[in-house]
Amino acid sequence: MKLSDLTNHAGEWLRGSGPMSEIVISSRIRLARNVAGFPFLAKSSRGQRTMLEGRIRETILSSQIAPQTLYVDLEQATDMDRQLLVERHLISKPHAAAEGSRGVAIGENETISIMVNEEDHLRIQVLRSGLQLEEAWEQISKIDDSLERRLDFAFHNRFGYLTACPTNVGTGIRVSVMLHLPALKLTGEIEKVFRAAKDMRLAVRGLYGEGTEATGDFYQISNQTTLGKTEEEIISDFKHVVIPKIIDYEHHARRTLLNDRTTALDDKVHRAMGLLKSARLIASEETLFLLSHLRMGINLGRVKDIDVRTVNELFLLTQPAHLQRIQGRKLEGDLRRAVRADYIRQRLGGV
Amino acid sequence: MKCDNCNKAAATVHLTEIKGGKKLEKHLCEQCAAQNEGLPVKTHTPINELLTNFVLAHSGLQKETGVGGCEHCGITWADFRQSGLLGCEHDYGVFEKDLTPLLQRAHEGATHHVGKVPARRGEVGVPMKKSVDLTRLRKDLSRAVEAEDYEKAAKLRDQIRQAEE
Repeated sequence: MKLSDLTNHAGEWLRGSGPMSEIVISSRIRLARNVAGFPFLAKSSRGQRTMLEGRIRETILSSQIAPQTLYVDLEQATDMDRQLLVERHLISKPHAAAEGSRGVAIGENETISIMVNEEDHLRIQVLRSGLQLEEAWEQISKIDDSLERRLDFAFHNRFGYLTACPTNVGTGIRVSVMLHLPALKLTGEIEKVFRAAKDMRLAVRGLYGEGTEATGDFYQISNQTTLGKTEEEIISDFKHVVIPKIIDYEHHARRTLLNDRTTALDDKVHRAMGLLKSARLIASEETLFLLSHLRMGINLGRVKDIDVRTVNELFLLTQPAHLQRIQGRKLEGDLRRAVRADYIRQRLGGV
Repeated sequence: MKCDNCNKAAATVHLTEIKGGKKLEKHLCEQCAAQNEGLPVKTHTPINELLTNFVLAHSGLQKETGVGGCEHCGITWADFRQSGLLGCEHDYGVFEKDLTPLLQRAHEGATHHVGKVPARRGEVGVPMKKSVDLTRLRKDLSRAVEAEDYEKAAKLRDQIRQAEE
């Protein structure tokens, strides 16, 4: 498998299926781990960092965590390839921008990614389409076990898995669910969700995690507490309490739009579709907002001739690095916006 | 006021005794109080030490860890406060006292891990699974009892007994 193989389709987790997929885009679980006997990255020398990267790479590749594993050496990768991996949620923005020996292992239709030498020595991640937290946990725990057979992870009897930042210590787990909440945004009730999330000690972030703003009505909800609760408890809270509550809110808002504000809803959806099908220049951020409204229209049965999967793919493939990869050339400014508009019209059967 | 005993030094210890219904007041200097009355008197804390403690307390630093830092990675508590990142696994032991309140704030009051543990650990391969798994089993047991799921509770009780043997 090569990196270029990833370009023309959306990752498995974006396939638009799975439980609650009309609202839950994806479920992600990440585990932070450090190798015992090596300093954390902030205090690693160049040599230690390189040695560590080599050792972890070899361990991952020999652990058979997936039938096929692609390892990308990020120190050698081009800017565009690193950006492509960020757009596909396979690496974080800081990991793309960092320097020195580091990498990422990708496996099984991109549902698995293991960042090497990010803030911690290993950041193991499993991504699934829709609400599939238990399945994701089962898979990630197995990967963790199989790596742990070959690597000693830094562990403390009282503090659990030791991480560079004490906010991750204990389980090292970060559960993140990506939600599409356009109706709550349109009815002005999204603030309620933020307040409820804050009360439950959860973080609400944008499409690309920490430090990013919500764009196109996509919100990522993550746990902040990693100590004093088991992984199963954290996951169960999400599955049975947090997410169903937010889904209920969004369903309620969607029903309100559908029953009481039908014309306003149709106007939003069809304006979005009209622009997407006929624009000649379109920016990345505008695309996200328009696709978000179109996606809601499809889910509410107001648009019948476009499927969610196409829209999900467009979310990904219209982003800068993907667009340039598809075209096979570097595109800047208006040219990029024009190519994006052409591509969307072609995919949606526009004019 | 001068000391009642030596009449030289300033009286800083004031005693009130009641003997046979009579009130007796004594005003002594520290030295006389120590010698005559056997009262332990604290020596003065030097002003610079007082100031250091004051500054450390108000900057969130503790004296024990503010000076030395970790001998393995060289990080000090002040370095950590600045970057938010620790330097190595030993820091959790070195800064344990200071980290505890911080962890409590970040993790809803929790200070102990109760989740997954590695099946083996360290070069000597000390098996750790037993102690921490027990914590989890006991927690599950009390939850099963609360939920009146006695079948599950009985199973958990047996597992705990087995693990404790």
